[in-house]
Amino acid sequence: MRLALEGSQALARAVALCRPQVVAAYPITPQTHIVENIAKLVADGRLDCDFVSVESEHSAASVALGAACAGSRAYTASSSQGILLMSEVLFDISGLRVPVVMTCANRAVSGPLSIWNDHQDAMALRDSGWIQLYCADNQEAIDTTVQAFRIAESLELPVMVCVDGFALTHTLEGLTLPSQEQVDAFLPAYAFSRGLDSSQPISIGTLVSPDHFTEVRASHHNALLEALVEIPAVDALWQQMSGRGCGGLVEVRGDPEARVGILTLGSVLGTLEDAMDEYPDAPRARLIKLRAFRPFPVEALRQACAGLEALIVFERAFSPGGGGIVAAEVQAALYGHAMPRVLSYAAGLGGRDIGLDAYPRLMQALEAGGEGFRFFDLKPDALPEGGF
Amino acid sequence: MVKGNVASATQRPPLPQAGEPPSGDKGGGEGKDRATAPSVGVTIPIAELRASQPRFQGLTAGHRACLGCGEALAARLVTEAAGPDVAVANATGCLEVFTTPYPESSWRLPWLHSVFGNAGAIAAGMEAAYKQQGRTTKVIAMAGDGGTFDIGFQALSGMLERGHNVLFVCYDNEAYMNTGVQRSGSTPHAATTTTSPAGAARMGKRHMKKDIVNIIASHRIPYAATASVAYVSDLRRKVRHALEVEGPSFLHIHAPCPLGWGHEGSATIEVARLAVQTGLFPLLELERGELTAVMPIRKPRPVRDYLALQNRFRHLFGPDPRAQVELEHLQALADHNIEAYGLLGEGEDAQDSEGADTVQRGGVRWA
Ligand SMILES: Cc1ncc(C[n+]2csc(CCOP(=O)(O)OP(=O)(O)O)c2C)c(N)n1
Ligand code: SF4
Ligand SMILES: [Mg+2]
Repeated sequence: MRLALEGSQALARAVALCRPQVVAAYPITPQTHIVENIAKLVADGRLDCDFVSVESEHSAASVALGAACAGSRAYTASSSQGILLMSEVLFDISGLRVPVVMTCANRAVSGPLSIWNDHQDAMALRDSGWIQLYCADNQEAIDTTVQAFRIAESLELPVMVCVDGFALTHTLEGLTLPSQEQVDAFLPAYAFSRGLDSSQPISIGTLVSPDHFTEVRASHHNALLEALVEIPAVDALWQQMSGRGCGGLVEVRGDPEARVGILTLGSVLGTLEDAMDEYPDAPRARLIKLRAFRPFPVEALRQACAGLEALIVFERAFSPGGGGIVAAEVQAALYGHAMPRVLSYAAGLGGRDIGLDAYPRLMQALEAGGEGFRFFDLKPDALPEGGF
Repeated sequence: MVKGNVASATQRPPLPQAGEPPSGDKGGGEGKDRATAPSVGVTIPIAELRASQPRFQGLTAGHRACLGCGEALAARLVTEAAGPDVAVANATGCLEVFTTPYPESSWRLPWLHSVFGNAGAIAAGMEAAYKQQGRTTKVIAMAGDGGTFDIGFQALSGMLERGHNVLFVCYDNEAYMNTGVQRSGSTPHAATTTTSPAGAARMGKRHMKKDIVNIIASHRIPYAATASVAYVSDLRRKVRHALEVEGPSFLHIHAPCPLGWGHEGSATIEVARLAVQTGLFPLLELERGELTAVMPIRKPRPVRDYLALQNRFRHLFGPDPRAQVELEHLQALADHNIEAYGLLGEGEDAQDSEGADTVQRGGVRWA
């Protein structure tokens, strides 16, 4: 069904199609519209679920954890400070291998306060053991949300669906919602193999000594590696059933034959695609969309980058005192495999607009040579005397 | 698909229900752990007789609590009284640690531990799920005083405010015991802990114990009560009542910690009883925020009798002139409770409720 929907509204509808039994949420911009829309679906009797309006994100994640362990499909959503407040519980959810799905409406992290989009929140959770899938547009956000429940439940791993705050969550556009029949056929009923059932009691979350901890961690790592197979398989199945895929782990767009590439995550991809049309005289580039950041798709990346002489990694976060987060991982993945020259950019921080002219500017920078980390569109004189 | 090892300990097989014949070896085994059941003429291992007895044990022996641990005793009493159709949400703390050394577990109930401060919230999620599934299983959240008064307070308050059908049990040993006896919002005034030591400039904890049961009752929940491991049948009754109530309920159980309080493991019950009999830990029931019952104490004991048994108050019995002042403060707190809650009762108490369930070994009534 094709409808004009705001990104958040579409996401709420997509979540509802997955029939979650418990939704826990706490407001934070730019995620808020998602849970407001879910609350309305519940209030209108269009979604039968227990909507738990918690008193903090720490509790939102905890309610989702408790519900998923007690045998119900559980969902939550947050952004920025909320994601960080949850972080203790997010590590626990993944470490206990509990299938929870969460939308992260990506936003910068304080301080100073910024409510606008970048990826620092999800990147800070890189090592939390969650699957992280980044969405290039709202249609992908809808389809990835449906896929996320299937991936989470088949692997018993939590999935974070990363959707750019404002750029996607607050944009109204024409979108296709799958039918209930499609989703029901795609997504088996929730069945957690280690559910809390008083007729078959088990203990979850025990104290693990050094005798077993390494093995527990290794099994978690291996499960994430299994997701390298599961994510594209589920995407292919969804493509078959709905006619829409999301590009598996890594997708190549732009000019696949180009010897220069730009690798990015999230909605900036569309900007770059449009820019290639807008600037037909600028050199052509291979656009590489990193959809799965965790697990990190080393093999798929090597294939996507094969034959590149230069690569720009264009990401909306960085590690202060370090540099590009994704860039460092991409370089590690390509090491020893015909390594291109890599330019690493932190771009669009705290919601700074990335316009169409970013594309020719990046192409010029590539031509100028050099490598290493830099800030895109940095205006050193922008701060008043004395700092912020 | 192969599922990884995820640190869940699988339980021993479920217990046979009361009345069900015990399964397994019914042959003529030998040794003193076998008893004869005369009516049917077969020999049944003691362990199986235990397993088939009507009293359900949600928390079995073999855990690693210290000798005389009040918290371990309280958890056993709570789970016994609650029965088998229960799921437990446990905060980090001694109880969680001593019951679940992976891959073993003492729990015969579905049990989930997540982190220190979220017992109220994971319990809320479990309850929401069971409700959606139409299951009858009751959810009990369990936390120490740290996981209740301090770091877990927000999640607890939210759970109560939203009216989840959860019993929250606080095992109050008046400090962070699992990390080695640090002060909490529950540590009594003047008690020493490793972060409220006594010295030339300090007489132990400077602040007061939070009045948690009244704070909780102020949420106007259907039922909140205090209980003590020294008053077992009172405790059991309160657990059962709390579970019968529709909506959130709260049980605050005083549970001495021999290690942290510095008393003999054999003195746990005596210490707990004195806390009640001095008026320092009054046994109360509150419904929708109103006090509805107290356990009277007919002959209040001086607080000294309680304090003197515990090393954490030893500095109050030394030559320091401030010691006398602190003792008077603590006596005043007890006197205030006795007065405010009317703990002396009025007239004759036909049922002699105080001490009705305090039976010493050998059956001699405690005076
Ligand atoms: C966020 C967090 N902070 C601190 C700790 C360390 N910690 C674990 S248990 C505990 C104290 C538990 O005290 P209490 O709740 O009173 O339970 P008890 O062990 O006394 O039964 C502390 C401080 C932790 N696990 N998590
Ligand atoms: S330290 Fe105290 S509360 Fe912890 S197990 Fe020992 S006696 Fe029990
Ligand atoms: Mg404690």
